[in-house]
Amino acid sequence: MAIAQVVPIQRSRANGTVAEMRGTGKNFGAVRALVDFNFQVRAGELTALLGPNGAGKTTAIKLLLGLARPTSGRVSVFGADPAEATTRTRVGAMLQVGRVPETLRVGEHIDLFSSYYPNPLPISETLAIAGLEDLRNRKFGDLSGGQKQRVLFALAICGNPDLLFLDEPTVGLDVEARHLLWQEIRNLLERGKTVVLTTHYLEEADALADRVAVINKGSIIAEGTPAQIKSRTAGKKIRCVTQLPAAVIRDIKGVIDVQSDREAVVIQSNDPESVLRGLLSLDLEISGIEVTSAGLEDAFLALTREEK
Amino acid sequence: MASVSTTMPAATFARPNPLRICFKEAKYEFLKCLRLPMYSVSTMLFPIMFYVLFGLVMGRQTIGSISTTVYLIPAYGTFGVMGASLFGTAATLAGDRGLGWLQVKRASPMPIYAYFLAKVVMSVIFSTVDVLMLLTLGMVFGGVHLPALVAAKLVLTLVSGSLPFSAMGLAIGYFAGPTSAPAVINVFYLPMSFCSGLWMPFVFLPRFIQKIAVFLPPYHLSQLAFQQVGAGQGGPTLWHWESLVGFSLICLGIAWVGHQRDQKANG
Repeated sequence: MAIAQVVPIQRSRANGTVAEMRGTGKNFGAVRALVDFNFQVRAGELTALLGPNGAGKTTAIKLLLGLARPTSGRVSVFGADPAEATTRTRVGAMLQVGRVPETLRVGEHIDLFSSYYPNPLPISETLAIAGLEDLRNRKFGDLSGGQKQRVLFALAICGNPDLLFLDEPTVGLDVEARHLLWQEIRNLLERGKTVVLTTHYLEEADALADRVAVINKGSIIAEGTPAQIKSRTAGKKIRCVTQLPAAVIRDIKGVIDVQSDREAVVIQSNDPESVLRGLLSLDLEISGIEVTSAGLEDAFLALTREEK
Repeated sequence: MASVSTTMPAATFARPNPLRICFKEAKYEFLKCLRLPMYSVSTMLFPIMFYVLFGLVMGRQTIGSISTTVYLIPAYGTFGVMGASLFGTAATLAGDRGLGWLQVKRASPMPIYAYFLAKVVMSVIFSTVDVLMLLTLGMVFGGVHLPALVAAKLVLTLVSGSLPFSAMGLAIGYFAGPTSAPAVINVFYLPMSFCSGLWMPFVFLPRFIQKIAVFLPPYHLSQLAFQQVGAGQGGPTLWHWESLVGFSLICLGIAWVGHQRDQKANG
């Protein structure tokens, strides 16, 4: 019994695909917002669509929600048309919105949206999950930015959907509010929900995602776990203060790239040990050595740079 | 244990009840507008204020054979119904469309008709309150005596006007921007009211305006209401109803074009 109790909670990972875009293209007039987009959402996972502003993230979400029609290719959610009412009862969405009716109270907003779904959560549970218990009778217009986002989050989850789309859920939030929402998203994953999240915060994708699809200019340019995406670029960064010229450093075995950063240089390498050995033998005065893993941010910058 | 096993499947297979969705949608649309003083006060205040000033304060006068306190109930009733319906649908729709809220609703399983029905119900409620307040003021302070049946028919006629004006509101709401909507509404609302003889008895209006008026829905609604109190000035009843129905259909057609345009812009 004791052993059974220490087994960590496993997320249910049925390997099915719950949503899919195949060869999907979307044009707005002459603008090609998405080009031959292939994307799968697997059950029980959090998939992050990561990309700069205007990359096509929101367009992809709109297609998956049936709010927009693809120009070419197909989009399916739970094997059906995302615009169908029966599909929508299994889907929740948190979209970027400019104005929410401000004179309705938090509890009233949730009561209304809950009525749209066949098996909604009890309102008290929705309020608890979104951390809004104390704000139930507050008018929407009187809430802070973070509280407003939490209400939109509550409207997305109140119908107890199997699949959630969160479009830039933490944009404009301070660090504390962001981490609070992250925790709420993790709690949903533990309850077996599937989540698709768009973000331009690399940290957010790194912290939450099982899989990341990097989008740029309407196409997916890389896909994989956050670790796989990171490994697409040089594994380690070495930062140090040295008198050696960049050209000399570049000749050391294992160095991929050298860039100067204020008084120091930053060296990218897949083999940091041999680079360090080389550096130490060439420059006895070397100081301030730091070795760090290349982050998702480096990978992202490298990937979008390759594109150009 | 037995009770648990019998209650669970019922909850699992429950379907959302469309009637319940429509009821909640209408209830919250009403509460939302009621708590917006810019809407609730202004749509109520102006017809009442005009009635008090021109009907009660100006003293007992007659227009044709009937007293002004009676005459002004259909006139300002039409004015109030038109304002409540236009602002209730056009301003809220333009805001919801332009600032993304309608999209959040559309992404949910809410049937879209519930959204529009709620606006119409809300307009009807505010219109009814408007008309009843005018009638009450007239009866209590203006010496208005109407048989119950006449009063009921007058209220029903006026309130039915919220349907064509809600349709007009949808047409405006689909083409106006979220911030410009109130101004756009007034551009139609105020001149139409004047030309239809709501502010000044129709017979006192210049002839060319009288000629324009037959194309304006508030003229037809007010004439139907005037007929109830024996002050109708022109045209058979059926013609006025037909005009209002035709106008509603045109407005719904315009709204439909706007809806299609939105769909295209969003995808």
